[in-house]
Amino acid sequence: MAALSAFVNRHQVIAFGAFFAVFPFLMPYKALASQVLIFGLFALGFNLLYGYTGLLSFGHAAYYGLGAYGTGLALAKLKVGSIWLGLAAGPALAVLGGAAIGFFCLRRRGIYFAMLTLAFAQLLYFIAFHLADVTGGDDGLRGIPLLPIHLFGWKIDLEGSLAFYYFSFVIVWLAVAVLKRILDSPFGAVLQAIRENGDRASACGYDVNRVKHLSFVFSAFFAGLAGGLDALRLAVVPVESLYWVTSGQVVIMTLLGGAGTFFGPFVGAGTYLVLGDRLAVFTERWPLVIGLIFMAFVLFLPKGIWGTLVDRLPHRQAAGVKP
Amino acid sequence: MTSMTRRTFLAATGATAGAMATQGMFPAVLRAQGEPIRIGCPLPLTGPFAALAADMQRGAQLAQDELNAKGGVTGRKVEVLFRDDELKPAVGAQRTKELIENQKCQFIVGGLAAHVQMAINEQTKKSKVLFISTSQSDEISAKPDTSPITFHEALNPTITSRVMGTWTAQNLGKKWWIIYADYAWGKQNNAVLQDTITKLGGTVLGATPYPLGSAEFSAHLPKIQAAKPEVLMSVTPGADNIAFLKQARSFGMDKTMKLAQPLLWISYLKEGGPELYADIYGSINWYWELQDTIPSAKKFVEASMKKFNIPPGDYGAYSYSGVLEVARGVELAKSTDSEAVANALRKNPVYDHYKGKEWWRPCDNKAMQDMWIVKGRGPGKTKGDWGLMDIVTKIAADEKYDRTCAEKGLA
Amino acid sequence: MDVSLAAILPQIFTGLVLGMLFVLLAIGLSLIFGLMTVVNFSHGALYMLGAYCTVFLLGFTRNFWVALVIAPLMIGTFGLLIERFLIRRLYGRSPDDPLLLTFGLSLVLVEAAKLIWGKIGLTLDPPKELGGALNLGFMAFPAYRLFVIAVTIAVLIALWAFLTRTNVGLIIRAGSRDPLMVRALGIDLNRIWLLVFGIGCALAGLAGALAGPMRGAYAEMGVTMVIESFVVIVVGGMGSLLGAVVAGLLMGQVVGMTTLFAPKLAEIMVFVVMALVLLVRPSGIFGEAGLAE
Repeated sequence: MAALSAFVNRHQVIAFGAFFAVFPFLMPYKALASQVLIFGLFALGFNLLYGYTGLLSFGHAAYYGLGAYGTGLALAKLKVGSIWLGLAAGPALAVLGGAAIGFFCLRRRGIYFAMLTLAFAQLLYFIAFHLADVTGGDDGLRGIPLLPIHLFGWKIDLEGSLAFYYFSFVIVWLAVAVLKRILDSPFGAVLQAIRENGDRASACGYDVNRVKHLSFVFSAFFAGLAGGLDALRLAVVPVESLYWVTSGQVVIMTLLGGAGTFFGPFVGAGTYLVLGDRLAVFTERWPLVIGLIFMAFVLFLPKGIWGTLVDRLPHRQAAGVKP
Repeated sequence: MTSMTRRTFLAATGATAGAMATQGMFPAVLRAQGEPIRIGCPLPLTGPFAALAADMQRGAQLAQDELNAKGGVTGRKVEVLFRDDELKPAVGAQRTKELIENQKCQFIVGGLAAHVQMAINEQTKKSKVLFISTSQSDEISAKPDTSPITFHEALNPTITSRVMGTWTAQNLGKKWWIIYADYAWGKQNNAVLQDTITKLGGTVLGATPYPLGSAEFSAHLPKIQAAKPEVLMSVTPGADNIAFLKQARSFGMDKTMKLAQPLLWISYLKEGGPELYADIYGSINWYWELQDTIPSAKKFVEASMKKFNIPPGDYGAYSYSGVLEVARGVELAKSTDSEAVANALRKNPVYDHYKGKEWWRPCDNKAMQDMWIVKGRGPGKTKGDWGLMDIVTKIAADEKYDRTCAEKGLA
Repeated sequence: MDVSLAAILPQIFTGLVLGMLFVLLAIGLSLIFGLMTVVNFSHGALYMLGAYCTVFLLGFTRNFWVALVIAPLMIGTFGLLIERFLIRRLYGRSPDDPLLLTFGLSLVLVEAAKLIWGKIGLTLDPPKELGGALNLGFMAFPAYRLFVIAVTIAVLIALWAFLTRTNVGLIIRAGSRDPLMVRALGIDLNRIWLLVFGIGCALAGLAGALAGPMRGAYAEMGVTMVIESFVVIVVGGMGSLLGAVVAGLLMGQVVGMTTLFAPKLAEIMVFVVMALVLLVRPSGIFGEAGLAE
């Protein structure tokens, strides 16, 4: 057990790959596996900002939504012929949004910051709602084609649930590897220093505001990539993607899984989505159950599932990032 | 997923034939052997339209029971599986995927909110599964959303607003004010209402959008009062309808103008009460008192009263008809292949399940159907728990009320 | 713009009614935040429960006035329980935690309401005496809405008297200025915080009870109200009661006027104002710099 957890701790990206390679076969149905992967990525982005930098954003749906609309508009309206271009457009738009909104929100701290992020997300929601000619309004942006990919001369059709899963898996895996690089770098260390004590980090000579802003932008990138993938998965971009409920969901997922841990976001996303999916078949009141579980976690298990597990399991503390 | 291969088709019919041969002596119910026919039904069981969704669920259940009592369809049992789409497109899409992939549903009937059914439709098109939409929407039967396996059972804003608009202009007054929910359904109704009244020589004194679900109308009402219209047309769905009527009455507007709306929903008449809905005009696709004049209506109402002690409402009627149409298509095509069923329905488009003759228009798979103009009964005039409306007149089905196929982008 | 004076004046009144609801909610939020630095996300859910409780009590007692008095007290008591058993556990932890907890609580309360009272929502009628419309000369304005304005003003006066004329009120104001000093003076802040949380929740319940006859009671009614109330206290200055009043009334007018002149922008305006205020005068109109930054 200790050896396994040590391995997982030291080779996080490989462990991630190994687990998620077989993940679809552990799920009741394949489409759910894709959803877990994509929302896990969304939570990963959020976690970078909240868990590692210590900034609670209550409006992260904005970047997920911008990512979804970016990809959706590129493929459905601008009709770019390549799925790669379409997918890239999503996080590109999200990064722009993150840079702009981050600039405004970071002028304040603490609760003000959280409320500002919420306000901007709601603003985007209402804009998307009313710009119906561009975004489809509340009917959603429809008709997003899932173009096949061309690899080494072969055409791979992504329509099947399993094919789409592995396509998303490769992309998310790459994103996870990038995140690991970020966290292991000096930049990542400064992020965590800021989370612990922003003033001290500033006293050490770091440009705290610039680092926070960069973290915000990176976070938006991951959330936007998740949004783009989701646009491909659903073939529509519902306007609810920008709604505060979506922001709340990613907060719950991250907390459930374990904020500030590497795997926490995916554990949280998986738990939330699978629980919600299976409960929903039995009762209409499943949000009540999830709400109660969430409250219990805030009160008694603030480290989340993975965070608590990591603390309890015996392992040698490797230098760098917590598992 | 569900395009049946020749082998699986033969296997299914073979199994059924064999089962029937050996059990020829047994009652019809036991003879429905073999894999059941599964119809997925996503609907907003939670959320502001929950009452309508509950009605829809009952209607589908009645259809399922009726079919199984007759021995199923092509000898196979029918199962309707309900999933809550929470009125959210992403959830609707996800649940549809689950129904198709996990539960192996061969058909989908359902959808109540327009934006959710769009998302459902994208999934059913991808998986090549027949979808009969029971949601009010103009786009679902037009390009680019429609497809050969997308059918639309419910009314749409064009039809309802043209019908209600015409009747109102001829009977209630020609100077209108329109207040409408600022989202797709509301905007579509508003556009058609304005077009209709202007073509009939009337005037629109003003049109006020309001944010859907925000029950605060008092901000708009003084302006409307000041303009003194003859008719106030409200396009206020769901719970907004009750809040709107309350507030309009509290401002005394019912005394100075006629209040009308494109649709009246019996679930909300029940909740709001006769005082609130007295003399409110609207149109409807179905009302249970039609049983007095239409035999298929009587049968439908009796079945519902027997099982639920509640008469079926508008959305219950849509889902009832939708499930029965799937069954009819499967019987005709002798297959559960969606494309085959769709073609069979187009070849035999006429049906009558609960209110008289309906038919599928071939170019856009749109159900053409009769409608009625109704009016809320005041306090003291209601009959029992559900006798809440007076039928004013019938508007017979006519393709001219909807957009032409050319207008929809389908020649 | 085709808008006449006859439409503007009633709109101002309508905006005033909406503003009054905002004020009640914002004051509750502001009291709680100013004293305890806790952001109560469940405020909207408590507002909703205030409306439902009123319906429930009305069915019980058949007397609207009794229901109107008791419902806020019930919600206030519920607030005491929330503070004592839930929020108190979080003191000393990250300041984000109470926000997260009350966010979860709001989800639970909304679902619980649907479980108890059904998914559709309930109708609530004002008492017969307030049912009609008062002819003010230039327009007929619903009597019940004038009642709402009157009640809110009365409650605000009572609250002001409480905070400025009583010992407890003094402690509350001191506590939000300088909690450390108040503690050093030997005053049990725990009891004060309990009381303040209860009062804040009672005000939310009152707002819901007043709103019920205008809009009906339904589970999601508090959802947008809580976000808009946050905007109000951010604009007014978090922790400032005068700010809550001024900003609440201001926002009511913003919504009212935008609805009249540019209905499509009505929802967005609230956030635009907030963003502007935060950029230009970050602590809000009456807020003190440095509070919870």
